Amino acid sequence: MIRSDRILGVVVVIVALVFITSAYNLPAGNLFDKLGPKAFPIIVAIGMIVSAAGLILRPDPEADWPEMPSLLSIGFATLVLIGYAYSLKPFGFLAPTAIAAAILSYQISPRPVPAVLTGIGLSVGLFVIFKYALGLGLFALPRSLMG
Amino acid sequence: MDILSNLALGFEVALSPMTLFLAVIGCFLGTIIGALPGLGPSNGVAILIPITFTMGLDATAALVLLTSVYYGAMYGGRISSILLNIPGDEPAMMTTLDGYPMAKNGRAGDALVISGVASFVGALLATIALALVAPFLARIAYKFGPAEYFALYALAFATLGGMASNNQAKSALASFIGLGIALIGIDNNSGFTRFTGGNLHLADGIDFLVAIVGLFAVSEVFFFIDSHGKGSAVGVVLGKVTVPWREIWSTRWTMLRSSAVGFVAGVLPGAGASLGSFMTYMMEKSLAGKKGGFGTGVAKGVAAPEAGNNAAAGGALVPMLTLGVPGSGTTAVLLAVLMTLNITPGPTLFADRPEVVWGLIAALLIANFVLLAMNVPMVKVFVRILQVPPAILLPGVTMISFVGIYSLSGSYFDLLLMVGFGVMGYVFRKMDIPTVPVILGILLGYQMENNLRHAMTLSGGEWTYLLSSPISIGLWVAAALGFIAPMFLRRYLRKPQMVTE
Repeated sequence: MIRSDRILGVVVVIVALVFITSAYNLPAGNLFDKLGPKAFPIIVAIGMIVSAAGLILRPDPEADWPEMPSLLSIGFATLVLIGYAYSLKPFGFLAPTAIAAAILSYQISPRPVPAVLTGIGLSVGLFVIFKYALGLGLFALPRSLMG
Repeated sequence: MDILSNLALGFEVALSPMTLFLAVIGCFLGTIIGALPGLGPSNGVAILIPITFTMGLDATAALVLLTSVYYGAMYGGRISSILLNIPGDEPAMMTTLDGYPMAKNGRAGDALVISGVASFVGALLATIALALVAPFLARIAYKFGPAEYFALYALAFATLGGMASNNQAKSALASFIGLGIALIGIDNNSGFTRFTGGNLHLADGIDFLVAIVGLFAVSEVFFFIDSHGKGSAVGVVLGKVTVPWREIWSTRWTMLRSSAVGFVAGVLPGAGASLGSFMTYMMEKSLAGKKGGFGTGVAKGVAAPEAGNNAAAGGALVPMLTLGVPGSGTTAVLLAVLMTLNITPGPTLFADRPEVVWGLIAALLIANFVLLAMNVPMVKVFVRILQVPPAILLPGVTMISFVGIYSLSGSYFDLLLMVGFGVMGYVFRKMDIPTVPVILGILLGYQMENNLRHAMTLSGGEWTYLLSSPISIGLWVAAALGFIAPMFLRRYLRKPQMVTE
């Protein structure tokens, strides 16, 4: 039976094998550094393989994953956060923060008007706190507009 | 008396207006963070770390602020346990057992006051014990060479992993994943780049703050999207708050016993506050017997876990400060703070930077009195804050995390990594894989490898050197026991799971 424990176990084993092959290309130790840079990574990778084998051989009962709609909405939230990470620099703080916060707020509690207000409130409120109370160097608007 | 002059030095540092101000702010924020369901001490400290650094606080000030948040969150956790039957954080879980029934009987105010006083007793005694025990342990730690340190790190992983999950393979996996992440980047000894896949952003390695904030703060938002922010309405009415003096006096022995047991549970690496509150509740329950009425809303049932978990919080600082090995998730986060501030915890910390250690201890003593004042007379303020809906709170937490990390490094790549760790935190916690060992691995990986390489170079490549001293043999035996014992004890000592009603 395929369970998420087993899937993760296989993924970890593959990563560990990549680790080991990559570590083999590192130089061996010398007199001043007996082990060198390759030994510890190989130990860690073997540890990963052994514990992942434990997951593959004796997986726990399947985790309580959310239904498809929730899963999609978590995926969407991830995309929003990635987009937010990329847009902070080019678009300034205010607009991306308001949009991202409003979307997340709507996803937690689907009421459009409070969500939009939350987005705007958080964006302006946090900007004031960060910029003026804590003195962080944030840009409110795109730098091109600020001249 | 050595300790008195040390404490005098500490109070000299702690009684500056700035430090006092930070302690009060930290206590206030901490109590709020602890009270909010879903946010506990480790999340709270994690969110605040980047902000602390960008504010440019010095080591003592940053440490005072963050440990006040830590202590405050330990106090605050009880508020939602009692009023909502949802523990504000994991250690406060046992407080729901008698706290919520008490609140349902119309005695919410009494429950809050008794647990507040119990928190105070536990935390105060633990801080005093910390001042007494830590220098002693630091002296022993001078005997530690690289082999002993390597064994000590193994012990930390073994016990923390052994306690943190119901499946040993999963804890071990989490530890090794953390260690693997720590290896990414340039190897300081040889100058070779490892496991970056040619990505230049990764050459400096993965900053543990990014991982901490991602795993502890960003992952929360996914949980709330999953659950649609259900179950956070205050169900119990809080009337006028009075102090039930006689009832508090009747729990005096419970508080003292629980403080002692909690402190010991906290000092053990890995056990932490959750175990402290669990053990003390069970102890008092069996001492009181059937007539004690535990579970129906009795004062002792509230006092025991609160004294226990707050004492454990203080105890967990002992191994963190003296050995550089954290005793719990939150102390792991605090260790990250120290390392970022270029302070190496360990025995030399007590000799080289006494003002940091004793300033911290003095600040904690002061913070306790501040917290008592906040959590008994002012408890209503925090109850009101509990009503902030998750639809505002969680986006706020996420945005603060972004700004914090962004202002630290100014790199969008770190933000992407943080989101990645957030997803990882969500998936791991869903699969019952503990995230604290991952953090521990990222934090200790560098030191662990260094000590191993150092030990091997000293011994000329002889592996038996790792077991050449009684201290290291003892540590390895303890590590093996700490990892294996929970498998057999699990039948009796079940890790308390989140109560969901």
